[in-house]
Amino acid sequence: MSAETAEKVLDKKPAEALLSKRRKKLISDPLVDDNPITIQVLGICSALAVTTQMKPTLVMAISVVFVIVMANLTISLLRNTIPTRVRIIVQLAVVATLVTLVNEVLKAFAYDMYKELSVFVGLIITNCIVMGRLEAFALGNKPYDSILDGFGSALGYSWIILAVAFFRELLGSGAVFGIPIYDYVSGLFGEDFQLATNGLMVSPVGAFIILGLIIWVQRTKTGYVEH
Amino acid sequence: MQQSNAYIITFSVILTVVLGLLLSGTSQVLGPLQKEAEALDKKKQILGAVISGDEIAAMSPEEINSFYTSRIASVVVDINGEEVSEKDGAAVSAETVDIEKNYKLPAEDRLYPVFIFHAEGNDSDIESYIFPVFGAGLWDAISGYLALDTDMNTIGGITLSHVGETPGLGARITEPGVQARYQGKEIFNDSGELVSVAMQKGEGKDYSDNPHMVDGMSGATITANGVNAMLENYLGAYKPFIESKKSSNAVAAAY
Repeated sequence: MSAETAEKVLDKKPAEALLSKRRKKLISDPLVDDNPITIQVLGICSALAVTTQMKPTLVMAISVVFVIVMANLTISLLRNTIPTRVRIIVQLAVVATLVTLVNEVLKAFAYDMYKELSVFVGLIITNCIVMGRLEAFALGNKPYDSILDGFGSALGYSWIILAVAFFRELLGSGAVFGIPIYDYVSGLFGEDFQLATNGLMVSPVGAFIILGLIIWVQRTKTGYVEH
Repeated sequence: MQQSNAYIITFSVILTVVLGLLLSGTSQVLGPLQKEAEALDKKKQILGAVISGDEIAAMSPEEINSFYTSRIASVVVDINGEEVSEKDGAAVSAETVDIEKNYKLPAEDRLYPVFIFHAEGNDSDIESYIFPVFGAGLWDAISGYLALDTDMNTIGGITLSHVGETPGLGARITEPGVQARYQGKEIFNDSGELVSVAMQKGEGKDYSDNPHMVDGMSGATITANGVNAMLENYLGAYKPFIESKKSSNAVAAAY
């Protein structure tokens, strides 16, 4: 892989635009067509677990963006020096360090979030999306492209878990970001009009259902079929 | 590209040292902030046993600190219910007693802090006693604060927290809805024996006519058993203190 990148450096093409078509694709592909959750079916565990409410989900999404982008950048910078035989453990060490950093920062500045999320933040290490991008992209591409690729994948992950969390919190707790939407609606129509919350949505089962529906809608629209 | 063993080892050593320095550096820089956050969280949990979570959520960290200072007094007692002011030559205060460290000692050697919730500025006008509890859940430690009213029998409130229980199952002990189930329950039976309060197996049953049972958490019976054992264990240890307050409060009430 490294020989291939060396060649690219040699034939001096004019510098690629900062956001060329190819680079835009790096970001946009994982959003729908090659989404890590709905198409590659990676990172399902955390998608089910953290998505009961919007706020922790948002923190989780930001953490994942940070970890994937930084890990992709680091591995990409080191890609020509990493010994091939120990590359997996090197990737793991880098990712684990980043995740620990995120955890420490949360503990210092958002202790409540830390208590709620610490288990899942720790599990970012085993999130297949992170290792997958390192192995499949960062090891063979330049730093800037790797950042874009990581950012795209992380966004693809983030919007799905945020969408799941939106429906779960709305239907399960009658709120969005802790704002009691259902109470406002009841207020508009008077006391007799009460919206019932669905307890199923608060349990992980609700996430399966929402995620299944999202995948269904998406695959109907894109016509994607698993081979 | 095939590298020599020496290269691989050197690379690994450098990587380890760099990452290690990075992590220990962060921990050094953020350490004081984390300590502060932990202390604040502890105060929130103690207060959570006597006032509602919504009230606490509405307070700023400074307000919590000043509320805590003006409303909470504390003592440290031993297994016989007698006040302890120093251990091994060092002064002890309830705020600095590490429940987890003490949990590892034999029950009779432990220090037992008691937090006293009193009217503002008047620490003899006591509203409730708050007892820290600690034990084992399914996966890791669980802990909490149990508030008893001045009759030393009725539970005024409880806060529970955990380290690694399963979200949606055992981790539900942190939910206000689950903790509210303990309110108004009693720890002594009619003949004056300490029976504690036990969370039952299964969920959705009505235990409002039984003062020693609370509704369980579906799918989290082992965590619930841990909570039961924790309460029984620590109420047993605090029993001499509780009994002494009970008789003195009863005398006070008779006047």
